[in-house]
Amino acid sequence: MFGQRIRRVEDPRLLSGRGRYLDDLGHDALAVAFVRSPHAHARIVDIDVSAALAVDGLVAIYTYDDLDGRTSEPLPLLIPHPTLNQGRTPYPLADGEVNHVGEAIAMVVASDRYVAEDVVGLIQVEYEPLPPVVGLAASRDGDALVHADVPGNVAATMVQEVGDAAAAIAAAAHRATLSLSIERSASMPMEGKGVLARWDADDESLLVHTSTQSSTSVRQAIAAKLSIPVDRVEVVTPDIGGGFGVKIVHPWPEEILVPWAARRLGQPVKWVEDRREHFISSAHERGQLHEVEVGYDDDGRLCGLSVRFWHDNGAYTPYGLIVPIITSTQLLGPYKPGAYRVEFQSMYTNTVIVTPYRGAGRPQGCFVMERVMDAIAADLGIDRAVVRERNFIQPAEMPYDHGLMFQDGRPLVYDSGDFPASLAKLKALVGWDEFDSFRAAARAEGRRVGIGLGCYVEGTGVGPYEGGHLRVETDGSVVVSTGLTSQGQGHQTMLAQIVADELGVEMERVRVTTGDTRRFKYAVGTFASRTAVMSGSAVALTARKVRAKALKIAANALEAAVDDLEIVDGQIRVKGSPGSEIDLGSVAVLSNPLRYAFDAGAARATQFAGPVDPTAPPVPEGEQPGLEGTDYYSPVGSTFANGMHAVVVETDPETAEINILRYCVVHDCGTVINPMIVEGQIHGGVAQGVAGALYERMEYDDAGQLLNASYMDFLMPYASEVPHIEIDHLETPSPLNPLGVKGAGEAGVIPGSAAIAAAIEDAEGFAITTMPISPSQLFDLRRRHCER
Amino acid sequence: MRVTTTVNGERYDVDDVWEGESLLYMLRERMGLPGSKNACEQGECGSCTVYLDGLPVCACLVAAGQAGGRQVTTVEGLGSAEDLHPVQQAFIAAGAVQCGFCTPGLIVQTHDLLRRDPHPDDAEIREALAGNLCRCTGYEKILDAVRLAAETMSAAPVDDPSGAAS
Repeated sequence: MFGQRIRRVEDPRLLSGRGRYLDDLGHDALAVAFVRSPHAHARIVDIDVSAALAVDGLVAIYTYDDLDGRTSEPLPLLIPHPTLNQGRTPYPLADGEVNHVGEAIAMVVASDRYVAEDVVGLIQVEYEPLPPVVGLAASRDGDALVHADVPGNVAATMVQEVGDAAAAIAAAAHRATLSLSIERSASMPMEGKGVLARWDADDESLLVHTSTQSSTSVRQAIAAKLSIPVDRVEVVTPDIGGGFGVKIVHPWPEEILVPWAARRLGQPVKWVEDRREHFISSAHERGQLHEVEVGYDDDGRLCGLSVRFWHDNGAYTPYGLIVPIITSTQLLGPYKPGAYRVEFQSMYTNTVIVTPYRGAGRPQGCFVMERVMDAIAADLGIDRAVVRERNFIQPAEMPYDHGLMFQDGRPLVYDSGDFPASLAKLKALVGWDEFDSFRAAARAEGRRVGIGLGCYVEGTGVGPYEGGHLRVETDGSVVVSTGLTSQGQGHQTMLAQIVADELGVEMERVRVTTGDTRRFKYAVGTFASRTAVMSGSAVALTARKVRAKALKIAANALEAAVDDLEIVDGQIRVKGSPGSEIDLGSVAVLSNPLRYAFDAGAARATQFAGPVDPTAPPVPEGEQPGLEGTDYYSPVGSTFANGMHAVVVETDPETAEINILRYCVVHDCGTVINPMIVEGQIHGGVAQGVAGALYERMEYDDAGQLLNASYMDFLMPYASEVPHIEIDHLETPSPLNPLGVKGAGEAGVIPGSAAIAAAIEDAEGFAITTMPISPSQLFDLRRRHCER
Repeated sequence: MRVTTTVNGERYDVDDVWEGESLLYMLRERMGLPGSKNACEQGECGSCTVYLDGLPVCACLVAAGQAGGRQVTTVEGLGSAEDLHPVQQAFIAAGAVQCGFCTPGLIVQTHDLLRRDPHPDDAEIREALAGNLCRCTGYEKILDAVRLAAETMSAAPVDDPSGAAS
């Protein structure tokens, strides 16, 4: 199964309308809608609900004053960091002040969503507007403050340095400075967030369904906030309609408020985010400004690199500094920077919070580093691919320690990769060496074409751990669970492939559950391209454990030595001796000595069913009943996948329309479990990379209003915009885990802006320093360069 | 008000429908047919695409009352998990499903395309699907699926459950 293009087991349900997403559940539940701030920054003077109280179907209206116990405290700061000394998180409902358009102020519970929305419209909130801080320039000015007690709007300043970058740059033969910026975009899954909570008053327990990337942590957070013993709370993820990072943040205000209201009202309560809410009250990412100084020798080799950047973290910092830390470390890509210094400031603005979106800071870092490579090549007149080759970390240098601390608090050490081989594959795939003549021929026809490269390294499989549980049922079926969640990546298929191989059963017999705390309590979550590495390794280790137990029981039953046995298609048999075999279901029966014959199979394990050894206990010492096992995987450090993209663009000489002619990808995620799934991850990532380079941006006006908060105005690409994608793979297995896998979820998105900017630059002949870029922006750039 | 309509070949009499209610809401909340998805409520994403008298529409933009006396076909009416339509089978074979939230709308839209044009070229496929947003797949394998479905359906034609007058 491993390595094969296996069809996804999830699909028949999803294709026939039988998927069950959050909003497909809880038709008996009360509906929730929120009063959300129309101001980017304001004091709340008064909330008047009197006009709303007569609405038929209204159940309750809650404001901050109704919150009790720990629900009235700010939401948790999920990832504290020693340099984040001005971390701020919101209250579930605003306590007297709002800091971005969309912040929740009042919660309405009603018989259905139509009624709840009507009530929202009748609640009068009086505001005293405060000066809004919008964009990094206003934030850095510090004339107005987002939080009155945070001087200069600076949440954190962090510096890492290896060697003396300033000295190395000063001593270098050549120097360059660059100013590079990237605008905001967002994960924008097709399904927004949503929460359904049921309080069982008799059992004093809470069952919560939520569209999250971390059900175990949501469970702990709800228990803590509602002061309920954690064993009285279970959190289940139904089918999830995409995540891309935005659903790893938790608990969202609604994940606390909905269970809180369900307990208070004694009725099921459900909230489903609408699209506008998702735009203005979930999370964005990418907005950063970078100032770079670089020193290099005559051959284009880096001597020293110094990067200062400013990260727009929005109004609050619940996810800590993860995104800028990733930029600051992953910026280095496949290169040796010489001496390196990086300093960033994480800045408050009166806009939606910023938390990881697929790629999580890497697209910005890759854009910076690849622009540096292209600037060096242009300055020295060296081929852009050659400059990269000269700066690559070589395969013999693996594992390569950069001397920095990564996002998991552990050293930034690359485990594997063959960057020269990847680039050679990419050059062959795209026809790099032949492009000069193609460009010249196109120019002769009055066409503008250009080619660009983008290389990246992606820390994947981040710890601390994941686990797996596996049980063989007495009918021979295999049930597997892991605690992290799925948002459409095909985890059930991929994990079943691993289990089928490790255990020796047909894949159809394996059923996998993810993200259900009733089944598995200890987990971290789905982020950082970590499922194949973490849960894949965990279920493999678990399957090996259960296999060993099965062989032990079977050896006894077959009167054979364990080493002589094999498991093929669920049958345990003596190698090379057909006829003597026992199926896994029967082994499962034997593993559980019984008193009661509740079915025909069970009768075989009851106390009078066969001869007994009166000197031994029915369950052997040191064993447990049942053919099942649990194991965990916790690596010392992250795996590091890598890849390289090449893009060919054509720009219209008159309209400045930007058209992608070819998009080529070479990708190394270690060993590939299911090529079809990996390709799908790359395709989806590339589509988001192209979107971030050419189409998507968050258009805030100076007042902090998000002007394009709908699918009508936010230009998410359709099939008419995303180009055909050509892929080649290189497999350098990771030495860190039992499967050799490295993770593939985010990779495709990372070098999009870098490669497309380079291609446009090549076509146009002037530097591209700001992404995304629209035809009208390109048109303006042309005019400015003509005027010079 | 009462709305009497035929959905997936079955007659429904639905009471207490509010005049402002969408067809999507009625299908999902009152008829137990949650296959059609709600992702934007403004006709931009196509996740709620259904047939109304044989024409694909965004069910979020059609008032429930407008379905009165007419034929509606949803993704549930094209094929079940046990008996998938060739379009659905092609989506599996090509790996064209990831999170699945946009998929029901794309199945209906693809079904409509191949009914009108059994042999679309790539530009025609991209144009026909340009009202359906997908955030997961980058569309590459969806295009593969449409081409595959076109092949298999030309080789073995199937009944058309869309409710179109033929």
